[in-house]
Amino acid sequence: MGEPQLQSETVNRVQINPLRKKRNKSYSKLMKNKLAVCGGIFVVLLVVLAVFAPLLAPFDPTKQNYGQILKPPSATHWFGTDTLGRDLLSRIIFGAQVSLKAGLISVGIALTIGIPLGMISGYFRGFWDEFIIMRVTDAMLAFPSLVLALTLAAVLGPSLNHAMIAIGLVFTPYFIRLARGEVLAQREREYVSAARASGLRNFSIMMRHVFPNILGPLIVQATLNVASAIIAEASLSYLGLGTQPPTPSWGAMLAEGQGYISQAPWISIFPGLFIFLAVISINVFGDGIHDWLDPKLK
Amino acid sequence: MLLYIARRFFLMIVILFLVSIMVFGLINIIPGDPASLMLGQEATPQALASLRQNLGLNDPLYLQYIHWVGGVLQGNLGYSLSDHTPVLNILLSKIPVTLELTIFAFLLAVLIAVPAGIISAVHKGSVWDYVTTVFALSGVSIPAFWLGILLIYLLSLTLGWLPPSGYVAFAQNPVRNIILMIMPSIALGIRLSAQLTRMLRSSLLEVMQSDYIRTGYAKGLLEKAVVFKHALRNAMLPVLTVAGLELSSFLGGAVITETIFAVPGLGQLIVNAILTRDFPVVQGAILFMAFAVVIVNFLVDIAYSLLDPRISLGGASK
Repeated sequence: MGEPQLQSETVNRVQINPLRKKRNKSYSKLMKNKLAVCGGIFVVLLVVLAVFAPLLAPFDPTKQNYGQILKPPSATHWFGTDTLGRDLLSRIIFGAQVSLKAGLISVGIALTIGIPLGMISGYFRGFWDEFIIMRVTDAMLAFPSLVLALTLAAVLGPSLNHAMIAIGLVFTPYFIRLARGEVLAQREREYVSAARASGLRNFSIMMRHVFPNILGPLIVQATLNVASAIIAEASLSYLGLGTQPPTPSWGAMLAEGQGYISQAPWISIFPGLFIFLAVISINVFGDGIHDWLDPKLK
Repeated sequence: MLLYIARRFFLMIVILFLVSIMVFGLINIIPGDPASLMLGQEATPQALASLRQNLGLNDPLYLQYIHWVGGVLQGNLGYSLSDHTPVLNILLSKIPVTLELTIFAFLLAVLIAVPAGIISAVHKGSVWDYVTTVFALSGVSIPAFWLGILLIYLLSLTLGWLPPSGYVAFAQNPVRNIILMIMPSIALGIRLSAQLTRMLRSSLLEVMQSDYIRTGYAKGLLEKAVVFKHALRNAMLPVLTVAGLELSSFLGGAVITETIFAVPGLGQLIVNAILTRDFPVVQGAILFMAFAVVIVNFLVDIAYSLLDPRISLGGASK
């Protein structure tokens, strides 16, 4: 019993070594993409800010200080204070929690609904694919994303959770289409025919064989959609339908500062700058992963 | 070709039908009472009962849908809850404003993207190429509402070049209208211009590798002639298609842009209607937007298949 196992381990080691070498080479290719690395570093920084916000923020983000209203950036308040005397830097640090949470959970919702539907649609095809799932997807894509998210958020009631559900639902058709397209390309491949011939059930084929092969494009799309979800959450909060006060949200902070743009431009400039930096970093990082995973570019 | 158009037309009708169900369902199928949603928590039972009666909410859902669609087909989109004006009349007064903003923003996007994309592709690897790439990357990442606020701060409050917000109809004062439209058009158009620049650059780079371009160079044509007469014409085809298909995100962008710059178009109408819970107006406006997107997509599909017959042949065989 022991020997065959040892043999297979040896064989595996022999096979794995070249693979590891290839992966290392591939990693170095990703690391050479300076823009993607910069984007990745900023994304990590954002995650650190969000996770350690209570330790990193110099002040309580919700504590009002009427003696410090609309103070410009200074040594005490690096990004200045807002209309209620709250420290803007602390609010931006805590705002990173909201933005990242919104980005990740919205995309998580879209992935959870979109991937199974897209895979079933692409794998089985037929009436459900052509006339139900794809047509509903087309109909959903006819609505401008922000308008649909706004309406859903308004109907569900203004809150961060509802905004995330609305954004997730709006992004779902993109993942249905992508997963379906990828499965359509894979289902005719020889390894799928071989799995069918060996008697595997459709569910096993989809989960164990097809799914790992369509994961790359889905990861890229999910990464890029996190950036879009951050903008969508900020837009909803800007319009008063996302995160509710006093929870700090970059979009709501921007909206609050708009009325004071001539007296205190920092209230709008800094939160907007962080939305921009977060989105551009995730975009370049996503593009880098795309180039890294794209076999044509290897 | 006719078969392809007929198939696309049939699909468009199916999608329009599904869109109408979704718009209807958004307000009517969600948990809770639409009447309380519209009138809010403080509404009296009498007001709720009266609204339910007026809107036919006591009927079965399928009947409500049939009545609603029947009304829509006859141009009756219901009445605004705030001032009882027909929703269709409200939409007709707002559509020209959004259309004007969309046209200005689109023209601006094309005016920036075409030269930027050409320079970037023709001088690949040059300083201009890097500048264009940075512009394109920033353009797709910048939130419209932040850009709008920055423009107001810079061009209006700091430099005093442009008025911060507002709207005057073109027929009333054309010069003032154009001046007031400059900043909203930049805020709305910059994202599309960045996307078109990226697409034109990659499309042009691909076309420039083609045999007929090499032939053009080989027979002694000037670079200008090769780029403008041969390469650009082919490279623009996918770019124009994408530009047409971008109408959906353009209309979404108009919601934010019109709110920032107080432009009284469809976008501002939707936001105000949502905030005041005027759901018949929300329903009418999103139905109009979705229908516009579906019909424009259909027309783009047909135009593209006329320009490139391979599309219709491929589509028909599927």
